Amino acid sequence: MAIPLSYNMRNIRQRPISTLTTAIGIALTVAIFIGSLSLASGFQASLIETGDDANVIVLRKGADSEIASGVDRETSNIIRANPAIAVGPSGRPLVSSEMVVVTNRDRLGQPGSSNVLVRGVDPEALELRSSVRIVEGRMFEPGTDEVIVGHRIVPRFADCEIGDRIRFQQRAFTVVGHFEAEGSAFESEIWGDNATLQPALQRGGGFQSITFRLRDRSGFAALEKELEGDPRFALQLHRESAWYADQSGLLATTIRVLGVLITVIMALGAVFGAMNTMYAAVQSRTREIATLLVLGFSPLAVMVSFMAESVLLALLGGVLGCLFALPINGIVTSTTNFASFSEVAFAFRVTPAVLLAGMIFAAGMGVVGGFLPALKAARQPLAGSLRGA
Amino acid sequence: MNLFSLVLVGLGRNKRRTILTFLSVTVALFLFSALGGVLDTLEDSIKVGSETRLITRNAVSLVLALPPAYRERIAAVPGVEAVSYANWFGALDPNDRNGYFAQFAIDADTYLPIYRDEFEIVESSEPQAPVSLPAGFPPGLEAFMAEQTACVIGRTLMEKKGWKLGQTITLAGTIFPGDWPFTIRAVYRAKQKSFGEESMLFHWEYLNQKGMGGNGAIGWYLMALSEPGIAADVSKRIDATYENSAAPTRTETEKAFQAGFVSMYGNLPFVIRVIGLAVVFAILLVAANTMVMSFRERTTEFGVLKTLGFADATIFGIVLAEAAIITLGGGLAGTLLAKFALESSGFNFGGFLPPMTIYWTTVVLGVGMALLVGAVSGLVPAWQAARLDIVDALRRVD
Repeated sequence: MAIPLSYNMRNIRQRPISTLTTAIGIALTVAIFIGSLSLASGFQASLIETGDDANVIVLRKGADSEIASGVDRETSNIIRANPAIAVGPSGRPLVSSEMVVVTNRDRLGQPGSSNVLVRGVDPEALELRSSVRIVEGRMFEPGTDEVIVGHRIVPRFADCEIGDRIRFQQRAFTVVGHFEAEGSAFESEIWGDNATLQPALQRGGGFQSITFRLRDRSGFAALEKELEGDPRFALQLHRESAWYADQSGLLATTIRVLGVLITVIMALGAVFGAMNTMYAAVQSRTREIATLLVLGFSPLAVMVSFMAESVLLALLGGVLGCLFALPINGIVTSTTNFASFSEVAFAFRVTPAVLLAGMIFAAGMGVVGGFLPALKAARQPLAGSLRGA
Repeated sequence: MNLFSLVLVGLGRNKRRTILTFLSVTVALFLFSALGGVLDTLEDSIKVGSETRLITRNAVSLVLALPPAYRERIAAVPGVEAVSYANWFGALDPNDRNGYFAQFAIDADTYLPIYRDEFEIVESSEPQAPVSLPAGFPPGLEAFMAEQTACVIGRTLMEKKGWKLGQTITLAGTIFPGDWPFTIRAVYRAKQKSFGEESMLFHWEYLNQKGMGGNGAIGWYLMALSEPGIAADVSKRIDATYENSAAPTRTETEKAFQAGFVSMYGNLPFVIRVIGLAVVFAILLVAANTMVMSFRERTTEFGVLKTLGFADATIFGIVLAEAAIITLGGGLAGTLLAKFALESSGFNFGGFLPPMTIYWTTVVLGVGMALLVGAVSGLVPAWQAARLDIVDALRRVD
């Protein structure tokens, strides 16, 4: 027969200070754990949501990033005429041949510079990316020296306010709008018209990628076969969503692995603390435990009961840890995405899945930390314990 | 029996608890030092940059090149002793697409002498015909200099990839498409750790002919100056020359250039500091909890000590010393373990940074932190023990 859980609850309440210090130790570990996972998932989400499932991105074969890709104008023209591409309300195909250049921009309010992606797009780009919305100002006028700026980089880089002028080589572009894109990596880019950006950035007539909307989502495989097999060009097609997810893989995995590594080491320290607390709990209740055993509770029941107590303690820490970590949700941070070599701003995402992982992690610490003390409790020598020796 | 042995007896009273606390402090300080080490390594990676070398690149974008004609005018600027140039290659190893490593196309005649104090050749092929290298040229590069498709590879990268000297490797170009065969003709070792041993150097002319159609586009110019004091003036002068040209330049010291790369990590250093502090605070709680528990169990003993005539201040000292010994021991063990284990493992973040370095200042800071944790965690129990009333202590039954 099992010992009721309420017994453990009362015991935990018996020593509030000890319980609380142990729980907070575990809580801090859980908070760091959640923090690193939410950093990784925030970064990943910013790139995954960049892509749309109905869109296809075409790159040069073998290119592992847009900046390493190149597609010439002739290829672009041939692809634009493909009947598998959806047609917009204006009657023009929903295609955007895009030039992508990493540019060096001065930071705002601090010395130094960093890399920002400049994207030359076709007028259809906004229709193609339904997530992109102008939040301030207006869209650039095609054919003019105007650009729009992702709202995430406005506070971080110089010359991004509406009306400011951004210089590329000998030509200056006027910022006419700020846009938002549901937290995706586009929000860290500068967009303008291909026709004016290409000459300004000496990009001849070539593009880095071509993105288009499929007339029929399921037509991807057939089109992939058709274009990749075409001997006129060496191209590779990706679903836009899969492509951007792939782009975030390396960095997100690095953050996760490092985060888990750090927290596992930290958890070791916290588990030693929990073991101390549980040993003390077992020791101070020697006679009580012996009484339970004499009453007929099996050693297994005693062991389970102490394990449960340890897990309860750890879960309390887990809940506290989640509470500590919640305020970081939404905080915007930035790092360089080494796949595109430019800075991407993104927000920490404390998702329910991440919180759940934190709680499971806490419970794990409870199990590990409680095992030996619980074993000791179950193996109590009865006679001696009852005599109170 | 002196006071110190009393402290030792106190520690030995519950060995398991002492050891567990010691271990948790060890683990925490190991982590604290390892995280501090990441920051140290970042700082160290800037040190590769010299104040007497300048780098000139395209001011607009790192993917845009500079015209070859700039070389003459840069060389003519007073204070510039030598000019070299290089390009980023960015190819992949088709057998190991995730095994990223850096490749630089360099003008070997001018580039290698500039760096001769930072690396040395440890292994090299024999040249097929006798080759004479100019004076001041690092020895061992005869075979490399005689062959256009030859390359020099860092020792660590060689080991990681399992390559052999004389082997021909084929890389898949990304910026410059196609298959690129290279023959490994020499292996270098970094004389200064921060120089790194995971790069590949090859002849710029090979890239120019095969990849750029001979247009001679230059990724960046590298200059050696006669003295560091003139860096700012020379930079300004070069940039002013090209300000209104089709390819404006940005010139900075190599040190500043490297620092720019470190700043690309964004808020990472701040995040690492926060984690380090959280670790120390978590461990403070564990240690404090232990000390409080230990004191509570020994209330009667302290009563007896007081009855025997031990002064309040002495009792206070004994409890505090116990806490300090555990945390100091754990602190020393953790920080030294981090310093020696991590440094000797050569962990280098997958090639993004030079091998891990932990400064002694970080070790000292860690031990200081451990002592602080000991002092703070022992304070409450020590104060309680010192204030203990003998009658209450002796009457108490556990």
